[in-house]
Amino acid sequence: MNQNEWPLWEVFIRAKQGLSHKHVGSLHAADYQMAIENARDVYTRRMEGVSIWVVESNNLYANEPNEQDALFEPATDKIYRHPTFYVLPEELNHM
Amino acid sequence: MEINLEDIFQNKIDNEVKIEPRDWMPEKYRKTLIRQISQHAHSEIVGMLPEGNWITRAPNLRRKVALLAKVQDEAGHGLYLYSAAETLGMTRDEMYNELHTGKAKYSSIFNYPTLSWADMGAIGWLVDGAAIMNQVPLCRTSYGPYARAMVRVCKEESFHQRQGYEIMMSLCNGTPEQKTMAQDALNRWWWPSIMMFGPNDDNSPNSAQSMKWKIKRFSNDELRQKFIDVTIPQAELLGLTVPDKDLKWNEARGHYDFGIINWDEFNNVVAGNGPCNKQRLKARVDAWNNGEWVRDAANAYAQKRKNRVKSGQQAA
Repeated sequence: MNQNEWPLWEVFIRAKQGLSHKHVGSLHAADYQMAIENARDVYTRRMEGVSIWVVESNNLYANEPNEQDALFEPATDKIYRHPTFYVLPEELNHM
Repeated sequence: MEINLEDIFQNKIDNEVKIEPRDWMPEKYRKTLIRQISQHAHSEIVGMLPEGNWITRAPNLRRKVALLAKVQDEAGHGLYLYSAAETLGMTRDEMYNELHTGKAKYSSIFNYPTLSWADMGAIGWLVDGAAIMNQVPLCRTSYGPYARAMVRVCKEESFHQRQGYEIMMSLCNGTPEQKTMAQDALNRWWWPSIMMFGPNDDNSPNSAQSMKWKIKRFSNDELRQKFIDVTIPQAELLGLTVPDKDLKWNEARGHYDFGIINWDEFNNVVAGNGPCNKQRLKARVDAWNNGEWVRDAANAYAQKRKNRVKSGQQAA
């Protein structure tokens, strides 16, 4: 039954010039052109976008959620990467 | 180990951390969500049929474009929801198959016929009104993709209810015959609409678990009461009478009291014996079967183009 199912595509929309494309959902389509046309009808009926990206879902790779801690932990103890870590005199302006 | 994972999961829920598709979740949470989201998607799709019935007979162009846009939104809502359900591991074709074989349910309200143009008003006002009451809390449901789909749905739904109420207003300010049509539509749609919230709380065995998992945020009876409380003044504004002789304001409770719901009727419609169950399902199955050659042709065309690109690359 699933052999004939159209592939799944992830849809990304740029809401307006100057913003990046953002993931909005997914849909099925036989090819990328149909995916873009369907994304127009499904996700931009009220002028939500000025540009559409579609990526076939099986081309998307992600990190393992259960390895999330190991992947992101190295950033947690590096508070010196934030400007508030540095103690400067009150009189100092424009910094 | 299992218990530990379940604790971590419940801890996230308690702290309002959303669950995302690849996170660990109890099998029953997954199953409950697949059932609820796919049922919700089926309702949007089947929900196009009663209104589609009146598109070609809308009284003027303004009403026609609005109804067309509303029905198109419902198709869109169905699609958002199907893709949310797919993130839980069920394929689109499996969901369609469950609908077409009668294994999956959809909201029983759509098994009632739309007999007059006034029904377009009553459906927008009452059916979409009840749906909104149900759906707004779902924007905060614990499963991320479902919550995000519901945010989109709710943003679009409010036009649906307003266009319905406007139809009712026009009819109630029109000729006596038009007002009679509006009253007749209210008479027929009132009880099915308040049944949309589902069985009474003491008769809704899965509710407690769904509340604990924050799939649901309010009980069926709470939402039903809220809907009745906001809708009665709207009926009064139209000059229409809600068909419930037990309906009255209860000062002490601060809510309207209302009559006993005919759950036998509800169960009968859910079981497949409503006025239009067979017709609705047949329309969906026919649409699916008649569309098969289109789906196959699109697949064949996509494959042909892929092959052409490949052989072009080889040549170069």
